[in-house]
Amino acid sequence: MEALTSSLLYLNGVTVSFDGFKALNNLSFAIEAGEMRAIIGPNGAGKTTMMDVVTGKTRPDLGDVMFDGSYDLTRLDEAEIAELGIGRKFQKPTVFESQTVNDNLELALKSDRRARAALFWRESPDERRRIDQLLEIIRLTPVRHRLAGSLSHGQRQWLEIGMLLAQEPKLLLVDEPVAGMTDVETQQTAELLKEINRDRTVVVVEHDMAFVRELGVKVTCLHEGSVLAEGTIDQVSANERVVEVYLGR
Amino acid sequence: MTPHILIRSLDRGASAFLIAIAAIAILIPVLHLALPPTSPFHVPTYLISLFGKYACYALLALSIDLIWGFCGILSLGHGAFFALGGYAMGMYLMRQIGTRGVYADPILPDFMVFLNWKELPVYWYGFQYFPYAVLMVVLVPGALAFVFGWFAFRSRVTGVYLSIITQALTFALMLGFFRNNFGFGGNNGLTDFKDILGFNVQAESTRTALFSITCAALMLAFLLCRALITSKFGKVLIAIRDAEARARFLGYRVESYKLFVFTLSACMAGVAGALYVPQVGIINPSEFAPGNSIEAVIWVAVGGRGTLTGAVIGAVLVNYAKTFFTSGFLAPYWLFMLGALFVLVTLLLPRGIVGTMRHWNALRRDRASAAAEDGVREPLPAE
Amino acid sequence: MRFRRACLVALLLAFSYVLGCTVAHTASLDEALAHFTTDDFGETIVGVNEVAASGDPRALIIIRALQDGQLLYSAQKKAVYLKNESGKLTDGATGQSIAGPPPADLESVRLNNRLRGTIDAALGGLTLLAKDPGARYDAAQSVFKSRRTSALPTLENALAKEQDPGVKRAMTEARAALILSGGKASDEDKLAAVDVIRQRGDQDALGLLSSLPPDTAEPVVKSAAAAIGAIKNSLVVWEAVQNAWYGISLGSVLLLAAIGLAITFGVMGVINMAHGEMVMIGAYVTFVVQDVIRARNPALFDYSLAIAIPASFLVAGFIGILIERCIIRFLYGRPLETLLATWGLSLILQQAVRTVFGPNNRDVGNPSWMSGAFDLGGITITYNRLWIICFALAVFIALLALLRYTRFGLEMRAVTQNRPMAASMGIRTSRVDALTFGLGSGIAGMAGVALSQIDNVSPNLGQGYIIDSFMVVVFGGVGNLWGTLVGSFVLGIANKFLEPYAGAVLGKIAILVLIILFIQKRPRGMFALKGRAVEA
Repeated sequence: MEALTSSLLYLNGVTVSFDGFKALNNLSFAIEAGEMRAIIGPNGAGKTTMMDVVTGKTRPDLGDVMFDGSYDLTRLDEAEIAELGIGRKFQKPTVFESQTVNDNLELALKSDRRARAALFWRESPDERRRIDQLLEIIRLTPVRHRLAGSLSHGQRQWLEIGMLLAQEPKLLLVDEPVAGMTDVETQQTAELLKEINRDRTVVVVEHDMAFVRELGVKVTCLHEGSVLAEGTIDQVSANERVVEVYLGR
Repeated sequence: MTPHILIRSLDRGASAFLIAIAAIAILIPVLHLALPPTSPFHVPTYLISLFGKYACYALLALSIDLIWGFCGILSLGHGAFFALGGYAMGMYLMRQIGTRGVYADPILPDFMVFLNWKELPVYWYGFQYFPYAVLMVVLVPGALAFVFGWFAFRSRVTGVYLSIITQALTFALMLGFFRNNFGFGGNNGLTDFKDILGFNVQAESTRTALFSITCAALMLAFLLCRALITSKFGKVLIAIRDAEARARFLGYRVESYKLFVFTLSACMAGVAGALYVPQVGIINPSEFAPGNSIEAVIWVAVGGRGTLTGAVIGAVLVNYAKTFFTSGFLAPYWLFMLGALFVLVTLLLPRGIVGTMRHWNALRRDRASAAAEDGVREPLPAE
Repeated sequence: MRFRRACLVALLLAFSYVLGCTVAHTASLDEALAHFTTDDFGETIVGVNEVAASGDPRALIIIRALQDGQLLYSAQKKAVYLKNESGKLTDGATGQSIAGPPPADLESVRLNNRLRGTIDAALGGLTLLAKDPGARYDAAQSVFKSRRTSALPTLENALAKEQDPGVKRAMTEARAALILSGGKASDEDKLAAVDVIRQRGDQDALGLLSSLPPDTAEPVVKSAAAAIGAIKNSLVVWEAVQNAWYGISLGSVLLLAAIGLAITFGVMGVINMAHGEMVMIGAYVTFVVQDVIRARNPALFDYSLAIAIPASFLVAGFIGILIERCIIRFLYGRPLETLLATWGLSLILQQAVRTVFGPNNRDVGNPSWMSGAFDLGGITITYNRLWIICFALAVFIALLALLRYTRFGLEMRAVTQNRPMAASMGIRTSRVDALTFGLGSGIAGMAGVALSQIDNVSPNLGQGYIIDSFMVVVFGGVGNLWGTLVGSFVLGIANKFLEPYAGAVLGKIAILVLIILFIQKRPRGMFALKGRAVEA
């Protein structure tokens, strides 16, 4: 299929309304392959809805959403989009509580997702190595066989990031990764994300301005469902309208 | 699945369970056939049939636990699959009666002669052959479950909506099978069976054999479920149960997984029904009653859902209680007790008997291992 | 001269012949009664006709007595007697008690089917002249149905005297029926009769026109055939209207039964399997109220429902609150377990009622203002169903008002749409839960009062409506009362329209299958709530 755009993720004129309320209003922006972008904006700006649209949970009323140039995301459902290589980390960590850390990663590992394959699946040495590696990255090797439900909040966030990595996605959508974390953990998360960004495209939604500054990447500010300003963190912070709407006087 | 995959899935508890069932399957027939009736250890004939019935119920409970305990699908209509399997077997048994029926018609069962039907309806063809009947026992409930599940899971009907729809399904089937012109015996159902595969259905040896076969089927089903649950497939099921949306976002086609287990579970229930009918000697439309399906769910709840062994234990316990209470002076109070059982189990013992035991074990283990580890001991989450 | 004498004689003869005939026709009662004293059916038939034609005021009493087997005769004495309930004998002709002992050979005048037919026709003819217009109307109808041409003279006589327009119409139709059934009328008369029958336009008319005597003239037959076609068309239309009426009636019952369920499910996400039992309890409250009234103050019977409705609301509502506080509250967030627990509760409630009131149906009567029916065009409308429809709509409107205009309604709506948000705004969600459950159960109780008027009251009453209530909730969607309204009426009407074609059972099955298919398109029902908070 011929690529319609060179951007990895391309949104154009996306509009979503719930019973009259416009959560997304003619939203347009593009993410290039390999970049890391931070999306900021006040509550209700449409950040989570935007991610819902990209991952297939919500169908937009208007507009185009293209992935990798040729995939129309508005026509696919969650599982298909995940298979395409888009991974999402949720605001609240949603790991599988009654299963071990190891099993959580095993489930997330990029593999044949079909039911038939899962029936006869046996762990290959390659996959074992992969899981070992991931556990190292997210520093959960010692609790490998613990139930995910018994981890601390910060550990769960990391497990979820680990699961995201296991999917080997091309594009990561990370929703408020440092919510509820200590300063130390926040810094570690920033480093982790930068490391991940070496091979993958990352879009981070955050409120914590210190964290965004720590990341040091291009920032897109949303407001009432559309883009308010784009640029470096300094440029955006200096933008009058952003100050008025978001940062406050 | 190859045998060694099946065996591989067993842990200590599961192995113990299997051995126990095998022991019962051998011991009871021996006590029945080998000992004279005067011996205090002799197992009388009626108990053989009763135990056989319990075993069939245990198999049904297993099928419900598979989808409820491990995938979160609460089917309140599984009795329909049980009954369909039962009817398939019943149809075979009816065809075996031949000229020994009241109206002595070689082809038509008595109730058809009574209704003045001249020929056998098309859907009764083939039931004189045992292999065909066995195929139907598995195929009919399976096909119904497949079609139903395909529609339901694809449109993401979950939770209480799904449960209500399964109720409606079994209710509709009950209404249908009660009608005389449906061709399945109307409200009298199918009964007066003479023999199965040439053996007299009422003979002691046949009853004993049926009991052992049912136990064997139970063991096989248990092994199958264990293998399924411990495989990656089982882990995906549990993931779907705990956080369905998350599983979707990981790329799993949730509908396919649900459809597979639901159909498998229906086939198992059908087999349970087929084994049930020759042992109790009758199948009628009241087996489709919505209340029956809901009762089957409480067996699993009492024993402990998501444990497999719990389902079997729960089924036997509750049905034993039912037999005990409904045959004595406490009979009018049975419904009170059953109702109270529902309420108390959901309120006070949500994990069921086996589930609670496992929970305590796990707590003890975790406490021990956390004490051995450095670092802060984390509390277990509530389920 | 001789010619004049001949004419006079002829005239005299004719006159006396006519006189003789009239005299013979209007034979005295005694002579007519004599026909009963032989044990011969043919004679008895003649006797009946002569008694009827005699015009004697006792004719009706005698023929009625014969019909009831209370007419006796003595062959020896050639006399006829009537026996009343206490066994007392009175003289047939005079009605006086007899003097002396009864005759030894007293026998009942026997009846057979043909005789019964003759009796019916004769009675019809007699009551055509009754004082009460209602009785005359009924008599005209029975003549129409029996088509005994022997009643024609009496009928024409009565028709001429009739003033009441309704009765006159009935008599005209009856006359037309008799003419077509083999009267010696002209073809024009017969064609006019066909027209009259066509205007009557019901099943009886159809039957009459389809079974004209074989010697009827061609043009009359053709006209009848055309009339049959016209009647059939109008009957089809009326049948559809009647089905629609039944559908609306069923829909109103479903509305009452389901709306409580929709509310609790909307606010709490709980499916209450004991909901049917709340309906059952309401019906039993009605029974108890009526029982008490019958024992203490029977004159109040017509007010029994006015007492039963608030009583059942309170009783069922109280039980509902109790259930919520003791059981549902602890299962918050676990809808599937709640389903199971409430099922257990329904078993307990059913068995409790069975133990206290017994397993059989209990008698609940209609107060007088709910009995009876009236005709509207080609359909019959019964008062009880009409009142129930009004009641259901009144409850619905009251509920809408409650939700819209009261504080409690506001809180209910808030909790339905976004529980955590409502809680953080200071709404006591647990109190809202308890009251909502009580409200839903109370309405179910009132539904039980309504149901007791049209259905049997037994411990299983709830089970019959629970599946249908579920279907209404599943189909209509949750969080919006209009969904329940539309859902219940659509399902009610669909049910009643399918019934004539597929039978009650298959119709129900078809509805269930259709709903399962409908859920494909709209998994959360027709009027589902949208928005992020709901998906959670």
